[in-house]
Amino acid sequence: MSKKVDMKVDSNNFKGDMGDGEKKIKVSSKDLWLWYGEKEALQGVNLDIYEKKITAFIGPSGCGKSTYLRCLNRMNDLIDSVRIEGKVEIDGHDIYAPGVDEVAVRKRVGMVFQQPNPFPKSIYENVAYAPLMHDIVKKGSDCDELVENSLKGAGLWEEVKDMLKQPGTALSGGQQQRLCIARTIAVQPDVILMDEPTSALDPISTQIIERLMIELKERFTLIVVTHNMQQAARVADMTAFFHIGELVEYGETEQIFVNPQESRTEQYITGKFG
Amino acid sequence: MSKIDKNNGFYIPQLEKRRAKAKRFKYIAMSALIVSLAFLMFFLYDMFRQGIPAFKQTYVKIQVEITEENLENPYGFLDRDMISIVSRAWLRDLPNQAAANPEWLGTTQEFWALAGAESDQYMKGGENRLKDRVKDRIDELKESGDIRFQTNLIFFFTGDSKIPENAGFYSAIIGSILTMLVTMSLAVPIGIMTAIYLEEFAPDNKLTQFIEVNINNLAAIPSILFGLLGLAIFINFFGVPRSSALVGGMTLALMSLPIIIVSSKAALKSVPNTIRQAGFGLGLTRWQIVRDHVLPPAMPGMLTGSIIALAQAMGETAPLIIVGMIAFVPDAATNILSAATVMPAQIYTWSGMPEKAYIEKTAAGILVLLSVLITLNAVAIYLRKKYTKTW
Ligand SMILES: Nc1ncnc2c1ncn2[C@@H]1O[C@H](COP(=O)(O)OP(=O)(O)OP(=O)(O)O)[C@@H](O)[C@H]1O
Ligand SMILES: [Mg+2]
Repeated sequence: MSKKVDMKVDSNNFKGDMGDGEKKIKVSSKDLWLWYGEKEALQGVNLDIYEKKITAFIGPSGCGKSTYLRCLNRMNDLIDSVRIEGKVEIDGHDIYAPGVDEVAVRKRVGMVFQQPNPFPKSIYENVAYAPLMHDIVKKGSDCDELVENSLKGAGLWEEVKDMLKQPGTALSGGQQQRLCIARTIAVQPDVILMDEPTSALDPISTQIIERLMIELKERFTLIVVTHNMQQAARVADMTAFFHIGELVEYGETEQIFVNPQESRTEQYITGKFG
Repeated sequence: MSKIDKNNGFYIPQLEKRRAKAKRFKYIAMSALIVSLAFLMFFLYDMFRQGIPAFKQTYVKIQVEITEENLENPYGFLDRDMISIVSRAWLRDLPNQAAANPEWLGTTQEFWALAGAESDQYMKGGENRLKDRVKDRIDELKESGDIRFQTNLIFFFTGDSKIPENAGFYSAIIGSILTMLVTMSLAVPIGIMTAIYLEEFAPDNKLTQFIEVNINNLAAIPSILFGLLGLAIFINFFGVPRSSALVGGMTLALMSLPIIIVSSKAALKSVPNTIRQAGFGLGLTRWQIVRDHVLPPAMPGMLTGSIIALAQAMGETAPLIIVGMIAFVPDAATNILSAATVMPAQIYTWSGMPEKAYIEKTAAGILVLLSVLITLNAVAIYLRKKYTKTW
């Protein structure tokens, strides 16, 4: 593994110059490398993600966006062949430090997936299960309240308040995805990772979820992988462009879309490849 | 289909050949089905033809004066012909009955006494070795309504016997139940736990793969080898009593385990991985995810697999012969340590007997075993249909 040979020191070191100084760094990765067996998937990514902002990851298929996202809540630990080097810090604490329990990390960093994946249980249980397991609430009115608030937070309450006992899988795809978001915010994480959360949904549902994301950033740090350039442009404060396991460019969304510094970024955004 | 028009612009010459080929294949497949159905129908017809008569039994009306003398010599009060007609088993049991009813002493009682196997066969129109004189007597009794068929409760409520008309399936039924209880309580929990460990917790390394390959191979081992294993380990090494439901059940558990593990693993595999991902994304532990989100949807599949494995074990004979469960067991086992036999073993024993009464009971035993197995499979199918969720 020729780690040092072709590492582009300059283009891989972004501090995301935001202009005003009140942005707090929430998640930060330092020289993060990842291999699937012998296959290199991330090549020393350095990236600072700001608190209560939406950060979008864009890039061609197979460039490592999902891989990088899964590093941020240690989901890659579940894949036996994965080897990781480098650091990921949340609020300045390394989540890969020895003695850190990956389950505890995932409680702080929730995740929403591409395919809506509610548990084969009722809507109520879908939301209530994890908070009960984490002892965030006890069974009873506290729990009911949390379920209601989470469903309201995900903009789903009005549609499901009379059918909480129905199976979560009986909802439409877009509703299921909002149920998954409700389930995630019920655990009260700091950071929510979303891997192409709208790619399986229709335009209306997509719009609803995009609006929801903008609401959610009041309370959470959101990191979203998307193949939809307009979506990144519409919702993201910051955008990172990945290419073949490498972070090519990172900056404010407007700057990335209007005035990209790297030719690869420009080519990708204008649709010349990817 | 109407006659093919070759000039309509849609004609493909090879198509006719292809069609003919498809048709031929269809007929071959269909005839295979018909042959197997015919075999099955013939088997069932034959079993019903032979087995149904075993569910009724001949009883004859007799008057007995209950005296000390008659009880001491039950053969004494019957005439020559009646001695050939009434079952020895019934006469032997008479003193016991009288002892249970002391008020009978000194009175004359009327009984519907069990008839012997030969008379029973004569009544059913089968082969028998009765003297013509006795046959005439039976005809007379028939005329006067003093001999008749009753439902054969003996078949269901007594154990095996050397007296054919007194032989029943009861001890085999009880033996099968006890054996299955042992098998079930060992094989199902161990099998399901193993499957959960292998599928959900074990790292995917060489050792795990080696174990999985071997479990799959075990499922294909001839069952008699499990009998030898049971003999070597349970009887010779651990000293479990021979012929007991315990040793039989443990041997069958060895045999069912791989089948239960393989089918439970398949049930767990069929739960979409996205469910597990969702759980991990919420910071749940693996055990929480498995217990509350993977097991419930996998349960029907695991139960179905277990029931089918148990049904298979229930019909198994070879390994049980080796651990001694083929013994003559007149009295039903009262616990898992006493000598017991099981339904297929009892069927096997009877099938070796020359008397028509046993041949009849063999077929009847097969019918009972078949209905139990069919019921078990129906339950398995019902469970799968009822609890399988789609998502
Ligand atoms: N479980 C895995 N085992 C081995 N290789 C993997 C695994 N997951 C991803 N990869 C490889 O790592 C590289 C990055 O994959 P990743 O899924 O992160 O891409 P992505 O940017 O999310 O692509 P997409 O936009 O198509 O989702 C790809 O080349 C892929 O083949
Ligand atoms: Mg991806």
